[in-house]
Amino acid sequence: METTITESRETLTAGTSMDETRGLTYPRIECKNINVSYGDKQAIFDISLPIPDRSVTALIGPSGCGKSTFLRCLNRMNDTIESCKVTGEIIMDGENINDPDIDPVLLRSRVGMVFQKPNPFPKSIFDNIAYGPRIHGLAETREDLDEMVEKSLRRAGLWEEVKDRLSSPGNSLSGGQQQRLCIARAIAVRPEVILMDEPCSALDPVATARIEELIDELRKRYCIVIVTHSMQQAARVSQRTAFFHLGELVEMGETDQIFTNPRERRTEDYITGRFG
Amino acid sequence: MIQQLGHLPMGWLLLALLAMLASGGFFVGRVQAERFSGATGSVRVHSRPNYHGYYVAMWTFVPALVVALAYAMLGEGIVRSLLAGELPANFQSMPSVELDVYLDSIARAAFDHGYGGADRVFSAIANRFLELQGMVKASAIGLALISAACGFFLARRKVAPSFRARNRVEGGIELFLFLCAGIAIATTVGIVASLLYESLRFFSEIPFWDFLFGTRWNAQTSAEFGALPLFYGTFMIALIAMLIAAPVGLFAAIYLSEYAGPTVRAWVKPVLEVLAGIPTVVYGFFALLVVAPAIRAVAVWINMTLMSAGITAEPLLAAQPTSALAAGLVMGIMVIPFVSSLSDDVINAVPQTLRDAAYAMGATKSETVKHVVLPAALPGIIASLLLAVSRAIGETMIVVMAAGQRARISPDPTADLTTITVQIVALLTGETEFDSPKTLSAFALGLVLFVITLFFNLIALRVVQKYREKYD
Repeated sequence: METTITESRETLTAGTSMDETRGLTYPRIECKNINVSYGDKQAIFDISLPIPDRSVTALIGPSGCGKSTFLRCLNRMNDTIESCKVTGEIIMDGENINDPDIDPVLLRSRVGMVFQKPNPFPKSIFDNIAYGPRIHGLAETREDLDEMVEKSLRRAGLWEEVKDRLSSPGNSLSGGQQQRLCIARAIAVRPEVILMDEPCSALDPVATARIEELIDELRKRYCIVIVTHSMQQAARVSQRTAFFHLGELVEMGETDQIFTNPRERRTEDYITGRFG
Repeated sequence: MIQQLGHLPMGWLLLALLAMLASGGFFVGRVQAERFSGATGSVRVHSRPNYHGYYVAMWTFVPALVVALAYAMLGEGIVRSLLAGELPANFQSMPSVELDVYLDSIARAAFDHGYGGADRVFSAIANRFLELQGMVKASAIGLALISAACGFFLARRKVAPSFRARNRVEGGIELFLFLCAGIAIATTVGIVASLLYESLRFFSEIPFWDFLFGTRWNAQTSAEFGALPLFYGTFMIALIAMLIAAPVGLFAAIYLSEYAGPTVRAWVKPVLEVLAGIPTVVYGFFALLVVAPAIRAVAVWINMTLMSAGITAEPLLAAQPTSALAAGLVMGIMVIPFVSSLSDDVINAVPQTLRDAAYAMGATKSETVKHVVLPAALPGIIASLLLAVSRAIGETMIVVMAAGQRARISPDPTADLTTITVQIVALLTGETEFDSPKTLSAFALGLVLFVITLFFNLIALRVVQKYREKYD
């Protein structure tokens, strides 16, 4: 596994765009030998994966391959599942986030997450965004809070559509708007990493296109990890792609390379649609 | 011979007869249908043979069932009125109540395999009773057989390849299910109608507004029917009960659904539901024998302390042996499981994705519960509280035992109060005649109680419905 990582880093260093070069040199998150099991059933086998900063990393693979489970390791969401057991190291800023001393509540304020189905809180649009800043005490005054909400909504590309109805309920928006609201809500806590678990699977193509544009915009500031079922989406939005199969990491590398010239037979079969 | 028929065990006989008719009809219908469905390949058969069988069985069974039900309801009455008509003139002049008692003893003697006593008139009447009984029984069975035969032959003639037996059978099943639902509805309508009718009779004697807003209730001794003190007592006790049940039940539900692990939950939830299974009369004597004396002792102590400290000159609290507080506290404990169980259900119905969203924002468990889960579940929680309120208002046994009988409006929770349900019990037990305003006032109280609980239940149902729409 170590060799693969070194290889990928070299491939990436040879990459073309500025963004990518920055990403490779300093992986934002370094995962080492991650194993996850639910009770007796092991879901993830010994995965090691570096995740670069300021770029999008896509996790692809057939259903049940463990990509979502892996994603949930990165903000310790698996803690909320009783039977789930995670081993291995996930290094972020020199700290192992799997360390029992790390407070998952603080970790999650640094690693935001967007879910498969838009899940706004049953509150107003404003309160949805203000929720994170409020519980973490990020805003001193009402003006601060207003500014934070506006900034987050602008970054999520939703401000123009909702600025006149911030007090209407979050679920009154359309599906695509709700998902952008959820992204704005995640941004409002000022995370460093944003995890997205199939963020477009419940949306129509137009709303999907808007979210993808947004992801492309956001990668200038954040480290983004996205799980997706759609290979076209992975090809469109990500700079690096990791292919999972049956709980194992089959191959990872630059997105172009994975889609045009995969090294592994299984990767080729999957992206050409021969299985999965 | 006819007398022997009088001893026929009609219940078993009719049951066996119905079963035989139904299965016989089924086989005849099926065999007949199998004949054409097997032989003719060219004719398109609409229904499978089984459905023709069910159809014939249905038409054989149902007419016989109607006769059997008619016998069960009317048989005894017919025999009695026939016998009463034949009795000598000196019996005819007896008051109807005495005649009924006499006929009861005749029937009892007749069923003891004839009367062996010395009274010859009695023995003759008993024998005649058995004869009449035998005639009615025999004709009921005959009638059942005849109607079954009619149904059977009519239905058999219908059996043909193109006959839509399946649709008819489905229609029959639908009718049967409708009748079952109808029984429940008809009973409710009947009860409400009788409440309304008797209440109207009451209000023709006592003005409606005097009843609703009068402050003096003394139905037992003098005719004072101002029900306001009863409404006050009912709501006072329900309020005390909800002050206990709402927080305890709600927090227990939050613990169970959000904090408890699967093993704890598997134990605690059933134990909590045992509370709902305790008979209310047990709660009642618990309230009367344990809680009420304790409250009285505390109230007396408070009185003594206040008086010795010179704050009050007279006892502040009534400190009665039965009190609103005792009844309310115990009733609160009784309705805890209603609140906790229903709230637990609605809290569990809050989508997991909402909790995940809050956790992923870095919210702690209690923040998630307070800001996300409870607001989302609020309508359902309100509904559960309203259902608990209507349960508390309608509760009878605890208040009968521990609240007292005195109708008065007093803000002192250690004073005894009385409620609507307590007064209904008091009015309808013991010697009663059904024409006096005193008894009729029970119906008026029942109507008020019904309207109040109906109101609460309707609101609760509406709220729950709206809540379901939101998350489906």
